[in-house]
Amino acid sequence: MNELHSLIAAAAPLVFAVVGETITEKAGIINLSLEGSLMLSAMTGFAVSYETNSLILGFLAAALVSSLVALLVAYSSIALKLNQVAVGFVLFQLCVDLSTFLGNSYVRIPGPSVGALPIPLLEDIPVLGRLLFDHNLVVYSSFFAVIAAYYFIFRTRQGLDLQGIGERPEAAHARGVPVNRLRYMYAALGGSLVGIAGASYSLAVKLGWSFQHTRNLGWIALAIVIFGGWQPVRAAAGAYLFAGLLTLAQILQAPLPGIAQVLPTIPFPLMILTLVIVYSDWLRRLTDRFPALRTILASEPPAAIGTVFEPE
Amino acid sequence: MIQFRSLLRSLTPVGGALAVAVLLILLVGESPFAALWAIVDGGVGNVSRFGDTLTAWTTLSLAAAGLAITFTAGLWNIGVEGQVIAGAIAASFVAREIAAPTPVMVVLTLLAGFAGGAVWALLAGLLKVKGKVNEIFGGLGLTFVAISLSTYLIIGPWQREGIASTSGTDPFPGNAWLPTWGDLRVSVVSIVVAVAALGTVYVLLRGTRFGLRLRAVGQNLQSSALFGIANTRYLLAAFMLGGGLAGLAGAIRVTGFYHKLVPGPGGGHGYLGILIILLAAYKAKWIAPIAFFFAVVAVGASQLPLRLQIDASLGGIVRSVLVLFVLLAGGWQARRSAIGQRRATEEVEA
Amino acid sequence: MSLELRDIHKHFGPVRANDGISLTIEGGTLHGLLGENGAGKSTLMKILSGFYAPDGGEILLDGELIRPSSPRDAIAHGIGMLHQDPLVFLPFTVVDNLLLASPGGSRLDRRKARQELGEMCERFGFTLDPNSLVRTLTVGERQQLEMVRLLWLGARVLILDEPTTGISAPQRLKLFETLRTLAAEGMSVIFVSHKLEEVDELCERVTVMRQGQVVGHAEMPCPSERLVEMMFGSAVEIEGREPIDLGDPVLEIDRLTVNERLLSLDNLDLEIRAGEVVGLAGLEGSGQQTLLRACSGLRSADGGSIAIDGADLTAADYAGRLANGVQFLPAGRLEEGLITGLTLTEHLVLGDPNTPFFVDWDRAEGAAAETITANFIKGRPASTADQLSGGNQQRLLLAMLRPGLRLLLMEHPTRGLDIESANWVWGQLLARRTDGTAILFASADLDELLRYSDRILVFFAGRVIAELDADITDVEQLGFLIGGKVRDAQ
Repeated sequence: MNELHSLIAAAAPLVFAVVGETITEKAGIINLSLEGSLMLSAMTGFAVSYETNSLILGFLAAALVSSLVALLVAYSSIALKLNQVAVGFVLFQLCVDLSTFLGNSYVRIPGPSVGALPIPLLEDIPVLGRLLFDHNLVVYSSFFAVIAAYYFIFRTRQGLDLQGIGERPEAAHARGVPVNRLRYMYAALGGSLVGIAGASYSLAVKLGWSFQHTRNLGWIALAIVIFGGWQPVRAAAGAYLFAGLLTLAQILQAPLPGIAQVLPTIPFPLMILTLVIVYSDWLRRLTDRFPALRTILASEPPAAIGTVFEPE
Repeated sequence: MIQFRSLLRSLTPVGGALAVAVLLILLVGESPFAALWAIVDGGVGNVSRFGDTLTAWTTLSLAAAGLAITFTAGLWNIGVEGQVIAGAIAASFVAREIAAPTPVMVVLTLLAGFAGGAVWALLAGLLKVKGKVNEIFGGLGLTFVAISLSTYLIIGPWQREGIASTSGTDPFPGNAWLPTWGDLRVSVVSIVVAVAALGTVYVLLRGTRFGLRLRAVGQNLQSSALFGIANTRYLLAAFMLGGGLAGLAGAIRVTGFYHKLVPGPGGGHGYLGILIILLAAYKAKWIAPIAFFFAVVAVGASQLPLRLQIDASLGGIVRSVLVLFVLLAGGWQARRSAIGQRRATEEVEA
Repeated sequence: MSLELRDIHKHFGPVRANDGISLTIEGGTLHGLLGENGAGKSTLMKILSGFYAPDGGEILLDGELIRPSSPRDAIAHGIGMLHQDPLVFLPFTVVDNLLLASPGGSRLDRRKARQELGEMCERFGFTLDPNSLVRTLTVGERQQLEMVRLLWLGARVLILDEPTTGISAPQRLKLFETLRTLAAEGMSVIFVSHKLEEVDELCERVTVMRQGQVVGHAEMPCPSERLVEMMFGSAVEIEGREPIDLGDPVLEIDRLTVNERLLSLDNLDLEIRAGEVVGLAGLEGSGQQTLLRACSGLRSADGGSIAIDGADLTAADYAGRLANGVQFLPAGRLEEGLITGLTLTEHLVLGDPNTPFFVDWDRAEGAAAETITANFIKGRPASTADQLSGGNQQRLLLAMLRPGLRLLLMEHPTRGLDIESANWVWGQLLARRTDGTAILFASADLDELLRYSDRILVFFAGRVIAELDADITDVEQLGFLIGGKVRDAQ
């Protein structure tokens, strides 16, 4: 019970990150810098909160930093026709080193953190109350982000446009959707969620800042977005699964140290497996016949992901 | 005049990267000149540091040489870091399990490293060719599998006598170490291997039918098929050769640097290889000097925190900013010339 | 709703796609727009539907000047275009396709959309399940969906670009019936096609375009000869060719079956003898390309056999057939023939089967210079393929043909070339006949087909509907057959 409770709390940053990257990728842009921008925003969030003594400013600064990084990826693809993967990869390296350099004086010092905020009445519900409503604002917001993103993508007109520009930009353009303007917008939006993810890690989960504080979390997020089939609820489930694996690894640390070390990397083989399944022909035939299965099994990536769109 | 301008243009990103570095150094209140000197002196200032730099140069060059092959074939082999690690694990296996005189061990560990990297890359290749899994994601996933494999081995089957620790295995027996002479901390063997690899890759890509066909495959799979080239075979061959060279780098990391297996023995050298090849515009002939620059910065920057109040990560920032600016400058230039061309045709038509 | 176009101009680089087009379309009519590939029909329709801005000219809708600045703007004016490849989103459901980029607030009312979709489907007799995925729909159904969407958005002028490509016969009947209903309701329908028979069957008025200009109008019914003459120009006198003694069969195709998404070849038999030139005529995508690709091994056969010089090569891939003397020149010279970024020397080395493992670049450069001179290629050994003009790209491809070929397969061998280049290309090709090379080529240029073929096969919807002796066939007859009008041609 306690494990489950802390697992949900610990997964909050990852949930923000996967939702953000899902939105960016849905628009057709792959932000490979995730590992770096998450780290840089975690540092920024803590440092700004520490200096200003304001959590809100910390979160805002973190969101700003990560959305700038995502915008740079979008700009190099849209305006300069550069490869998104190349630019994203370089930015990953740059942001990791920047976080170390700029965060040097904040290593292992106590600082502000997000306080607990149990929700009156709701927290008294047996079992669920403790699990879902005895957390801090960051955790509640992560719940909200998942639901809001799902609702936005699949239940609103703008969400359909978003899916359209990542799927077949020339057709979306023909229908009057401003493809590249929206791509900038969703890159920034997804990026700012990644920033919030970083800040919530250093301000609410693993407090403070240390060398490569969020190590591998960005890569995990990238894998989970794929595992989640570019769908926020599934991706969030993947994030909780990962947090579960971490918890399990802690429990197994003493009896089975070897296994415990391996558990946290399970999302990566899962990602590969998902991709293999997604591209297999028989699965496509199956899900074509029973569309309902697609939400349970895997769904394919936005067809135009990573490509440049030039209106005629 | 035109030459001067193009020189100026290619120097702009360098100037930009330097400016960022100076800015960051001033930010922490130190002297840029002192920092520059610390890096240069730290990288090549005495025999032992020069040896460290050369060791780093060999592994960086090998990884980048392998990437020159895969990029020529149009493949984004981001899994190179995993291939370095797989090579390191395979070499460690040989170093631990086989007892033989040093010359035999050198050959065997290097061969094992090549094989390990090649197999790891082949996995990514098969995922791409047979499973349609993009090599970026396949490679990334396999890298983490390799990291966790190394950690598992260190804590599990290959754990140190008595204590299970993530700091690494027991050191290899002495005859499995790459031999060095005197104070020089670099093995001639690793330099010979790296130079030979760079030369081979250069000749292979520039002067052979194989290299030409690989370029055709990398540019246009449909056209290459019409030239009668078996695309799948060439793609897999590129993966295996590239991965094999990365694996050699891994073998050198464990037998010539750590002298044991550590978790994630690649140390990011595969990733740095990607930056090097991006900066080299995918050309094998530029690898050696750029890798040397990277190696000096990597080794030299570690002196920064010892001598000045500057974090060693400054070196990494300078490298990445340089690559980023080179990429962006290339994009701007292409954009300008495209716009210029459009204007020119419009004028002709008007 | 009447539509008037005045003096529309549009050029792409040196190509005048539309050169002063004027045209009036009355409300409530089915108006056909006829023309061969490249006549400028698609450009004109893209201007009308807001994809391209014209370089000059005016568009009047019910007498009012409009400037459709985007497809969305055009549909707001009531002009909707149905593309040959419907602009739908494959992984989406039918109802989401309808709703994407539709006007309205943030909230998606799928229930209402489903209901309205149902009503419209009922009106036209379509059966579209709103919840099924577009990927699972046939091309005809995707078209119906797109048509419903345009009408749902308020289109009153409907443009259809080659709408019968890839749809079944019953779906075609359904489509025509729907279009007639719409016209009867006062809508203007522009039917863009190069198929005489369909225009004849459906339209009330016809405008014919050729080389970017309107060459004539006609009220239907109208004698087909007149339309054909307008489409292709007056018949060209064709000089006789040196007859050549044909040798043994080179290519033997027995009951070849190839199934593709839009079309299939079914039990096709064909024999070509050494030195023979066989032309494949037909509308784009009627089966000629499929046959060529099946012969080259780029597409595997789903049934039947293909033999070269008596050896069964059905299972061989392109590399295997290349080794047996089969070579293919594709239409997309830079897309699937040559390699961007590689120099002429490198291409020639790549194309030479006798290249040793280590390439002697100095020698190769010298050899390339000779080849360039011998083939009159305007370029240097170090020029890259993408720097060459279309004609020179084709010369380079020809220079890379292997000696002693048994069967040469080509798509549009002279498309986009000037007359001089085209003549030179055919001179080279015909010279190979004397060595016993058989030639099988597809072309949209009737003149070229008649001038150079010994035999012409006319494809229509995946079938060979006629086999002609080129010496006793004329352009008009060929034009009819291509349009699928077998009876008139006889």
